[in-house]
Amino acid sequence: MLQYILRRLATALVLALLVTFFTFWLLSSSFDGVAANILGPAATSEAIEALQVQLGLDRSVVVQYFDWLGGVLTGDFGNSYFTSEPVAQAVGSRLGVTLSLVLVALAISVVISVALGVLAASRAGAVDRLSQAVSLTGHLFPNLLIAIVLVVVFAVNLGWFPATGYTPLAENPGRWALAITLPVIVLVINGIANMAAQVRGTMIGELQKDYVRTLRSRGVATRSIVYRHALRNAASPALVVMSLEFLSMFGGALIIENVFALPGFGSFAFNSALRGDVPVILGITLFSVLLVVSINLLTDLINGWLNPKARLF
Amino acid sequence: MSEAQAPETETETEAADTTQRRSAFGRLIRDPQAVITATILVVIVLLGLLAPLLAQHDPNESALSAVNADPGTPGYLLGGDQSGRDIFARLLYSINTSVLSGLIGTSVAVAVGLTFGLIGGYFGGRTRFATEWLFNLIMTFPGLLLLIVLLPVTGGDFRATMLIFGVLLAPGVYRIVRNLTVGARNELYVDAARVSGLSSPRILRRQVMPTVRGPVIISAAFLTGSAIGVQSGLAFLGLGSTEVPSFGAMIADGFRNYYVDPLQFVWPAAFLGVLTSALVLFGNSLRDALAGARPKAQKIAAPSVQAGSPASRGEAGEALVQIEGLSLSYPTPSGGVKEVLSGVSLAIRPGETLGLVGESGSGKSQTAFSVLGLLPPDAVITSGSIRLEGRELLGLRERELIQVRGRAIAYVPQEPMSNLDPSFTIGAQLVEGIRATSGLPRAAAGKRALELLDHVGIPDPKRVFSSYPHQISGGMAQRVLIAGAVASRPRLLIADEPTTALDVTIQAEILDLLRDLQAEMGMAILMVTHNFGVVADICDRIAVMQQGRIVETGEVEAVFRDPQHPYTRMLLDSILDESHVRTDSPVLVAPGAEGPR
Repeated sequence: MLQYILRRLATALVLALLVTFFTFWLLSSSFDGVAANILGPAATSEAIEALQVQLGLDRSVVVQYFDWLGGVLTGDFGNSYFTSEPVAQAVGSRLGVTLSLVLVALAISVVISVALGVLAASRAGAVDRLSQAVSLTGHLFPNLLIAIVLVVVFAVNLGWFPATGYTPLAENPGRWALAITLPVIVLVINGIANMAAQVRGTMIGELQKDYVRTLRSRGVATRSIVYRHALRNAASPALVVMSLEFLSMFGGALIIENVFALPGFGSFAFNSALRGDVPVILGITLFSVLLVVSINLLTDLINGWLNPKARLF
Repeated sequence: MSEAQAPETETETEAADTTQRRSAFGRLIRDPQAVITATILVVIVLLGLLAPLLAQHDPNESALSAVNADPGTPGYLLGGDQSGRDIFARLLYSINTSVLSGLIGTSVAVAVGLTFGLIGGYFGGRTRFATEWLFNLIMTFPGLLLLIVLLPVTGGDFRATMLIFGVLLAPGVYRIVRNLTVGARNELYVDAARVSGLSSPRILRRQVMPTVRGPVIISAAFLTGSAIGVQSGLAFLGLGSTEVPSFGAMIADGFRNYYVDPLQFVWPAAFLGVLTSALVLFGNSLRDALAGARPKAQKIAAPSVQAGSPASRGEAGEALVQIEGLSLSYPTPSGGVKEVLSGVSLAIRPGETLGLVGESGSGKSQTAFSVLGLLPPDAVITSGSIRLEGRELLGLRERELIQVRGRAIAYVPQEPMSNLDPSFTIGAQLVEGIRATSGLPRAAAGKRALELLDHVGIPDPKRVFSSYPHQISGGMAQRVLIAGAVASRPRLLIADEPTTALDVTIQAEILDLLRDLQAEMGMAILMVTHNFGVVADICDRIAVMQQGRIVETGEVEAVFRDPQHPYTRMLLDSILDESHVRTDSPVLVAPGAEGPR
């Protein structure tokens, strides 16, 4: 068990190295423009060259990469070319916004999806039709469209919510809630659409299995059959869907943060990438790799615990 | 799986496959939702293809006179945008961008995900390790960020971007396919195919693909929608060439110009919405048609009984269970009704063993499940009566039936493995049943479960108690199920082909066990079987069923010596041809007999 986790972590480390190096290598083709970007259009070519030397961008890609890696190993992720802000701090300060959105949206989506899926599968009839209609409706329109229509209707026309901007939770919980309500609604619509149908399908499959009939034949209460046995067996596929949903929400936040002008991880990444802020992009890449790897490991571990047959170790 | 629930299994033949496919298309064109959405999609695609003919202006051509022109301005059907470009022309050309994005993204995702999913799921070991590694790597790339980072490489071209996005979508397909393949690979029928020497590609194509096909088609429909959505999202952010007209860019322009003319925002938003929703709805219909009847939610409930049916004629007599005039029907897909039991009458006396014999589809399992109140939810009991010690069981609610099940009537299934919950230990499952019927506290129920396991001849009860179902053998599992059934000393044990799925050597042991338990507890056994060897071995009386009717009842010896009904005679004659006792298929198909149900 411990060996399994260690092996997975070692794999993760190699993965992180590969991905960051690959990103670095891809970025290197645009290094020429970086210095020009920083100095603005009026800069002379001498000044640009001087800045490139100063930033170390004139060295070979491998040397630069190991230079960066050496810093990372000592906890120094470098500074932003444009704001001189330390990368770790810059990424950290934007995470709060995105995590607020994603975690709140995920929690709401999971609760609603599981409730809807389980009720649909076990009650059938009208509840079932309702749940199917809900998940279908959620799939009909892309995030962008839902987000922008919500902004137009509720923020611009009705003025119920601020159209843009963010207030940290610690500063003013009420305004924080107002600021994230519309973006969270967009993510939740998407989340329910993705997860409720999966939960329903898996639950229906479980409830038609032979063991359910045998449990019924022993006088076991329907409640226990649905919520203890079938739900337990449906939990492992549902968990995979949930972990994917978390990651896709994290990535999908980019467009939503832009529509609502939230200073989150996604829009930060977008702006840094557009500017060619190399240290920030690398920091963001590294963080994303570690996030995905830990979510996957966690999912597999919980799945192994839930489902003795799917145990991978 | 027993015949009560699976009317159409094991028909994975070439012929069945083609007819299924043909009728899938038939179902599709009969579904109004499919026809309407397909028409919308075709119209949209045509509008895009005919854009050069329909539009009077180039999508990027701007004219000062057309800046924020009203809809209906000559030459500008929907007006002009803030740069003086023809909105109508831009909408038509945007369709092409969206359609192409969807096609590129989805084909790449499905091609990559399906191929590697099948390979990774089917072959374990090093191969799967490699594919897992690869797809973790792909998934690890922060999707949209990668598209942005690669801007210098792709030059912002949406086609190159969608090519990469397709690869990024592939892990979704890969995971679905890999999980289903791993699941299918562990199924018994794939095992059987492998053992029988079928080649891997053939198994993948014939046994695994059918389970994978549906989910992949569903996800492909949704992936196309999400590729279109992401492309418009990126265009909205301002990524890519401004020369390429797209809904996302138009929405961004219109949004910026919202206070001047809200309609400029409404047009592209509406078009994008109609396109993606038609796609998703069509995908939904396609799924219904391809996967056949979509898994329908079924309520756990007592069988439905048509009003006024119990025809109790009093006089309980000496019978433990008295079935009178029981008729049972199922609705057919064509809207009709198929009667599977027609006036079945049967008495089970206390302590006796009654063999209920007939070929598959004769209604013997349906009769047995009627007594337990465990019929599929669409079953309708049209008439008749089932009394347990004089008490009418038909018409009881699920809550009342739960009180009867396990206590008075217990059940031993045919296929031991699938009848144990794979996620719970044997012990936990036994304890739950014991507590449900006896109300014993947990510790006492645990002790009782261990005693029972010992009692049914399991050599190491403690180990089995804490084992999961997949850790024990089939014969062992059947003993566990018997232990669970007799836990509360029922007066009737219904055994549905309890030996059919087992090795020949174990069959006799299981029958011996049932005989011993019966002698000890004095319970009656209703033995549902098609095997006369089993009948001769264990039964006192026999009832022969054919096409939903009881055709002959009597003492086993009398019936064997002098069968009255021609059907019984035919069944008995046929076993003389059998070289061994075990048969999984119907002994012989009688004239006029139909398939299952």
